Amino acid sequence: MSHAPHDDRRRWMGILARASAEALRTRLAEAPPLPPHTRLRGPETGLVMLRGRAGGDGAPFNLSEMTVTRCAVTLPEGQVGHAYVAGRDAAQAELAALLDAALQDPARRPALLAMVVEPLAAAQEAARAETARKAAATRVQFFTMATMR
Amino acid sequence: MAYVAVKGGEQAIANAHAWLAETRRGEAALAELEVAQIEQQLGLAVDRVMAEGACHDRGLAALAIKQAQGDLIEAAFLLRAYRTTLPRFGHAAPLATAAMRLRRRVSATYKDLPGGQVLGPTYDYTHRLLDFALAARGEVPPPAPEAAAPQEPAPHVTELLAREGLMAREPASEAGPADLTRQPLAFPASRPARLQNLARGDEGFLLGLGYSTQRGYGNAHPFVGEIRQGHVAVCLTPPELGFEIELGDILVTECQMVNQFHGSKREPPQFTRGYGLVLGGGERKAMAMALVDRALMAGELGEDRVAPAQDEEFVLMHSDNVEATGFVEHLKLPHYVDFQSELEVVRRMRATATAHIAGDTGQGSTQDSIGAGRAEEMAE
Amino acid sequence: MIRPGFTDPVKESQSCFRAVLEAMSRPGRIQEAGTQEAGGGLTPPEGLHPATAAVLLTLADAETPLWQDAGAGVAEWLRFHAGCPLVAAPEEAAFLLATGAPPALETLELGSEEEPQAGATLILQVAALEAAPGLILEGPGIAQRHELRVSGLPAGFWAARARLRPLFPRGLDLILCAGTRLAALPRTTRVTEG
Repeated sequence: MSHAPHDDRRRWMGILARASAEALRTRLAEAPPLPPHTRLRGPETGLVMLRGRAGGDGAPFNLSEMTVTRCAVTLPEGQVGHAYVAGRDAAQAELAALLDAALQDPARRPALLAMVVEPLAAAQEAARAETARKAAATRVQFFTMATMR
Repeated sequence: MAYVAVKGGEQAIANAHAWLAETRRGEAALAELEVAQIEQQLGLAVDRVMAEGACHDRGLAALAIKQAQGDLIEAAFLLRAYRTTLPRFGHAAPLATAAMRLRRRVSATYKDLPGGQVLGPTYDYTHRLLDFALAARGEVPPPAPEAAAPQEPAPHVTELLAREGLMAREPASEAGPADLTRQPLAFPASRPARLQNLARGDEGFLLGLGYSTQRGYGNAHPFVGEIRQGHVAVCLTPPELGFEIELGDILVTECQMVNQFHGSKREPPQFTRGYGLVLGGGERKAMAMALVDRALMAGELGEDRVAPAQDEEFVLMHSDNVEATGFVEHLKLPHYVDFQSELEVVRRMRATATAHIAGDTGQGSTQDSIGAGRAEEMAE
Repeated sequence: MIRPGFTDPVKESQSCFRAVLEAMSRPGRIQEAGTQEAGGGLTPPEGLHPATAAVLLTLADAETPLWQDAGAGVAEWLRFHAGCPLVAAPEEAAFLLATGAPPALETLELGSEEEPQAGATLILQVAALEAAPGLILEGPGIAQRHELRVSGLPAGFWAARARLRPLFPRGLDLILCAGTRLAALPRTTRVTEG
């Protein structure tokens, strides 16, 4: 298994991007307090152009734009945290950026992973699995008919 | 020269808008519709507004629907207008629809296929009988049944055909596509420009055109190779990070229409595909888009271009309902001066024509009444 | 640590955009940008003057490939605040920032007859800009003639610019920045070294 240097960070950024501000606050209430942070940029809402591929696997084309909110913060120790999250929730983007910064601090990482990131990941995976099981329940089971000929 | 008043009407406009607000709210004794209710319970309307407004944001689309009293074209217009106020951060990586977490996936070309036929939350097989239970205070339906094992992602049906050499492969390309939000359409349009146009296009217009190709306007005999609906991750590489991150998941519907192609000097007979991809669960739109996309490939494939759906200038210039509504609805704006000049012309022509008739028959009564009408107009 | 960008991006970039617009419509007249008065006051990264930094934050974004010669610190700052793609090949750039000698002008994107607006904009950071005798400017936006003194450009620059003239409407537009001052020379302005 290859393990690129950014894999851990990419993973937690993806999980934080999918968590609502409320879910982040709930998890943070049980975690060690986060240090004060300074906003470097944002939170600000803008657009990202979504793309598809012709035929599903051919040349890229522009499909539609999508609202995205981003934020960058810095901690007193110098870590810079980034967030780009779908939608317009500024509070979510700022919390996600703050968590991204704190998670880069090896001293804080284990507790934040255990008390914030992993529970969120588990909840997201559970929701995905539920949808996948509902989909599987609508899968057609064909019965072979014996022909009379 | 008759002058036309260009000021005034402010009070009338303010009063009209106040009445619009009252009308929109409806009977005050009834509970007001919440944006979240629209987003949750009118989800397919939200999907359509996002697709035609070309902006993915369920909350904004729901608000637009509320503001427009459910007029979905007006709502798409509101969403398009809003998006112009936002900066663009960049573009996402092409959505990986082969890795889609499937909610629905059906094929009309193969009964048994890897991943199976998955119906998903569909209106197919419903009897289209009005359900009066929904008109009563509805109970929350029980959760849908779950299978023991989850549905896994499945390969595209077109990929299965392509592996056998029976389906034309899409030309591989990583070129930055044309962007109609930045550059105007130019003809001949590239396939990426056409697909962007169709993805934003009016569902009704594309549906009618797609239907026309089935009825013989264009030589099409399409099969649904596959329709799939599900969630895909949106991935972006912010330049300041230098690596790709996921921003969230969105629901999309994809349709691959399989069409026979008789072959050309360069290509053997094989199947070709028309492609549809839309935000949300807009399956009808995805299918219509795929039919029209295939029809528009006539030029590239060396087929005769004889039908409206194969005429890219006709299709692409008239598919956008925001543009179309702007041009059609502008007709109700004051054209007093324009019309004055037309009046002048028609009166002059009538006067000439009447003079000829009078010369022939010796009667001039029509001329008198035109003259009287004109004097009244000038006095205004 | 990345230095901050605009404090109030909307107001400050609008104010700077106005200055650039004014500068383009009145070629050679000096405008102010990146000052406290012009909005917030910018602490630009090492190597950039306030006006240069403000112009870049105002004009460059994710859709404008930028070439620059001001070093890695400036690159990082631009990548973060402007989000613009940074290109190594000058001919691929929509905007170019030259703090030293600019790349050969004729190799840059000059637009086409059909889309002359696609021609690149060259942002030149110079030692000083003064409303004083030096260059004589004529052309659209100038009633008679206008004088501008530009210090710190390599010899032969104006001759190289003049060689693009026969290509009009294709061409390059220039924004000159020094300290908190900027002046613009659109491709229509004729320059004589006085």
